[in-house]
Amino acid sequence: MPRFSSISELEDYRRSILAKQDPKTKVIRLCDTGCRAKGSPRVADAVEACLNEHGLNGRVTIKRTGCQGFCQIGPVMVIEPDNILYQKIGPQDVPEIISETVLDGNVVDRLLYKDPETGTKILKEADIPFYGHQTKIVSKKTGRIDPADIEDYIAEGGYSALAKALGTMSPMEVIETVEASGLRGRGGGGFPTGKKWRSCRDAPGMVKYVIANGDEGDPGAFMDRSLMEGDPHSILEGMMIGAYAIGAREGFIYVRDEYHIAVKHLSLAIEQAESLGLLGKNILSTGFDFTVQINRGAGAFVCGESTALMNSLEGKVGEPRAKYVHTVESGLWDRPSALNNVETWANVPLIIERGAQWYQDLGTDRSKGTKIFSLVGKVRNTGLVEVPMGVPLRSIIFDIGGGIKKDRAFKAVQTGGPSGGCIPAHKLDVPVDYDNLKQLGAIMGSGGMIVMDERNCMVDTAKYFIHFLMYESCGKCVPCREGLKQMHEILTNICEGRGKKGDLDLLESLARFMVDASLCGLGGTAPNPVLSTIHYFRDEYRAHIVDKKCPAGVCRNLFEYVIAEDRCNGCTLCRLKCPEDAISGEKKKPHVIDAKKCVRCGICYNLCKQEAVVIR
Amino acid sequence: MMVRITINGQMLFVQRHTPVLQAAARQGIVIPTLCYHEALKPYGSCRLCLVEAHRNGRPRLVTSCNYPAEDGLVVFTDTERVKSARKTALELLLARCPNVPQIQRLAQKMGIKTSRFYKKQDERCILCGLCVRACEEMVGAGAIGFAGRGIEKHVNTPFGLQSDACIGCGSCTYICPTGCIEMVGEPGPSAHRKIRISDPDLPPCGQEHRCETCTTNQQFIEEMKEVIRKVRQVP
Ligand SMILES: Cc1cc2nc3c(=O)[nH]c(=O)nc-3n(C[C@H](O)[C@H](O)[C@H](O)COP(=O)(O)O)c2cc1C
Ligand code: SF4
Ligand code: SF4
Ligand code: FES
Repeated sequence: MPRFSSISELEDYRRSILAKQDPKTKVIRLCDTGCRAKGSPRVADAVEACLNEHGLNGRVTIKRTGCQGFCQIGPVMVIEPDNILYQKIGPQDVPEIISETVLDGNVVDRLLYKDPETGTKILKEADIPFYGHQTKIVSKKTGRIDPADIEDYIAEGGYSALAKALGTMSPMEVIETVEASGLRGRGGGGFPTGKKWRSCRDAPGMVKYVIANGDEGDPGAFMDRSLMEGDPHSILEGMMIGAYAIGAREGFIYVRDEYHIAVKHLSLAIEQAESLGLLGKNILSTGFDFTVQINRGAGAFVCGESTALMNSLEGKVGEPRAKYVHTVESGLWDRPSALNNVETWANVPLIIERGAQWYQDLGTDRSKGTKIFSLVGKVRNTGLVEVPMGVPLRSIIFDIGGGIKKDRAFKAVQTGGPSGGCIPAHKLDVPVDYDNLKQLGAIMGSGGMIVMDERNCMVDTAKYFIHFLMYESCGKCVPCREGLKQMHEILTNICEGRGKKGDLDLLESLARFMVDASLCGLGGTAPNPVLSTIHYFRDEYRAHIVDKKCPAGVCRNLFEYVIAEDRCNGCTLCRLKCPEDAISGEKKKPHVIDAKKCVRCGICYNLCKQEAVVIR
Repeated sequence: MMVRITINGQMLFVQRHTPVLQAAARQGIVIPTLCYHEALKPYGSCRLCLVEAHRNGRPRLVTSCNYPAEDGLVVFTDTERVKSARKTALELLLARCPNVPQIQRLAQKMGIKTSRFYKKQDERCILCGLCVRACEEMVGAGAIGFAGRGIEKHVNTPFGLQSDACIGCGSCTYICPTGCIEMVGEPGPSAHRKIRISDPDLPPCGQEHRCETCTTNQQFIEEMKEVIRKVRQVP
């Protein structure tokens, strides 16, 4: 590999890579990160073996990419340039794919994606509604390029933003561009990134740091992970540009250690960028020095909080510290530090390259650009989705997510991770942006989105998140540690039928105190799941406390399963499957559940095709 | 640099970044504290020292032990919002540690008879971190620290094993406001100590307290005892 000593050498190199590429060459893109769980490495091995066998090496390229987003249908394979998508493939499908599609240009029908709504098979990736309704900008290269190969990134235009910034813009111009773009932090708070950088640049001090927050502790969230695994150079490039703007010469990427592939790909990316002269001293002969180091965290949720992360980087206990003097003035080792989420960093090269105006045109008034969400829960299509800010929740859940599984009724969507809030059905048309979500009592957080249906109990949901937070709080300050313990106690009582009058008032008063008095954002936002569910689902709380009933049929002490006589056709299925022998009845006659024996495991409820088992 | 701040309507000049708690003390304004100690870096965990700070924009509750004075800062130490927050913090502590005299006394002072919260707990440690900080910042030994997080947080030696770093000076025992770290046996050179909450033994000093660290620390221990006496208000 060459070592660039000027911007033009980088551009020459890009041109030479592109000149080598033949647009007609078949490229097989296979997810090698998220889909690993479903066996994609075996598929990749099979593809390689098969290509060898047919002597296609060199003429057909296999690209092991990052997450392609539609995890539900993985392992996913896309064959370019025709953009044919095959879903749920196994190694046994590979020979047929190679001989039919790659060699002969025929389609293997059974591996195509079938639209659950219309039942029609869809050939191209771009035509699948899950992808069609998205605007992939930041996650565009993820799933397309080989993250372990810097050439691939450069071929896609990588590091041209760095070249532009170093070659044609002053640090102040970079900051002004980022400010004008309206980019806000993707890690949770939505703080204006340009403003943060400006304060950090203005802060006195010779040594400054840039830090990427790749801790991503929210259960169910994996957008940062997918960027680090699938497009690590975007993050690096963003950090380089930020460092140039701020006047930093050192950068840190904080990743949780269980993200093995992310650590691996980031390390590779740093190594390759160093060897090309994109990191190190006097980068591209512009006089700009910058190095990046990876720090692996042990995976505490609270270590995603800015000051806890810095403590952890310093080798101390991952506890937050007071932020009365901002971290842009006194952060890591008390030096001015600009900490941004990895997705925020990945936005930066795009803004520099295409300009603030282009970015301004995406999104809503006060929230610009796109946001990647991890859409999980009771939706048909789960995975990673990227949409412009301002798209209504309904569109994300129904157009992209394909609606609720089994056509059940939508009940709520929980956004923003464990300390987010639950948004009910009648707010589904609200455009998603930082301010709207906040107004609804939820938060953007880092972009988790958990969809719930009529069979989710909102009290139980609140309890779940409080339980998570109670163990993931750092335990330093009284409001958060003791407050969460008490909240959990009260919620457990309510769920187990010991709720009493006054519980809601106590919860609300405790919540107000925690918001007011906690040291860090964890304690300050922790009451959100409780407050938002009380706000939107007060009746459900009342049913638990006053009537001792759980209408959703989740809290075991508070409901009974009964068989609706008129719906039961006596198929005997439930009777055979009940582990407690609690169901009796003759063939073709209505069955009965003995409430005394029933342990409310829900097997019959989920099994009955007539939906004759009902909650009372 | 001197800055001008206002506390409860009284204007005063202090060095920039002086903690509000200290500035208030100078005016004779008493603010309750549990995790603060003038010889240690503020920690900000008990939240009893909350005050209302007005600085460009909406008033915020901040902890006065580590809130730095800036020019034009306006502080109120006794508003309804402050009182109610302090009261809730203490109620939570009272639920956690119903039998710790220090907490009982504070509750009594603040007019709290019972806690509204679930009470079937009986912890002694209030996790104020005084012991940890004293051991690290004053003794320089760093023999004990916090282990676990969330509701599992507790003071312990690393991995709960006897700690080689402990020099047996007894500072943690002296500074602990709740008596969590006990001296077992006679205090003195071969003192044997136990952390009550997690029960690891802290070994006696292998050097019989003859090395330099300890001699330097003797002075400090004497001063510390004095301070503790004041904190505990033992006559
Ligand atoms: C409890 C807690 C956990 C957090 N976890 C993360 C995280 O996993 N990733 C992240 O980027 N930001 C996280 N944040 C937000 C960070 O504190 C910080 O605001 C953010 O990284 C700043 O970057 P941004 O401006 O680009 O969003 C967390 C905040 C809190 C209070
Ligand atoms: S609010 Fe919670 S996580 Fe934050 S410092 Fe307090 S105890 Fe730790
Ligand atoms: S042992 Fe004592 S000094 Fe240490 S944290 Fe607990 S209460 Fe505070
Ligand atoms: S004295 Fe300030 S938080 Fe404890």
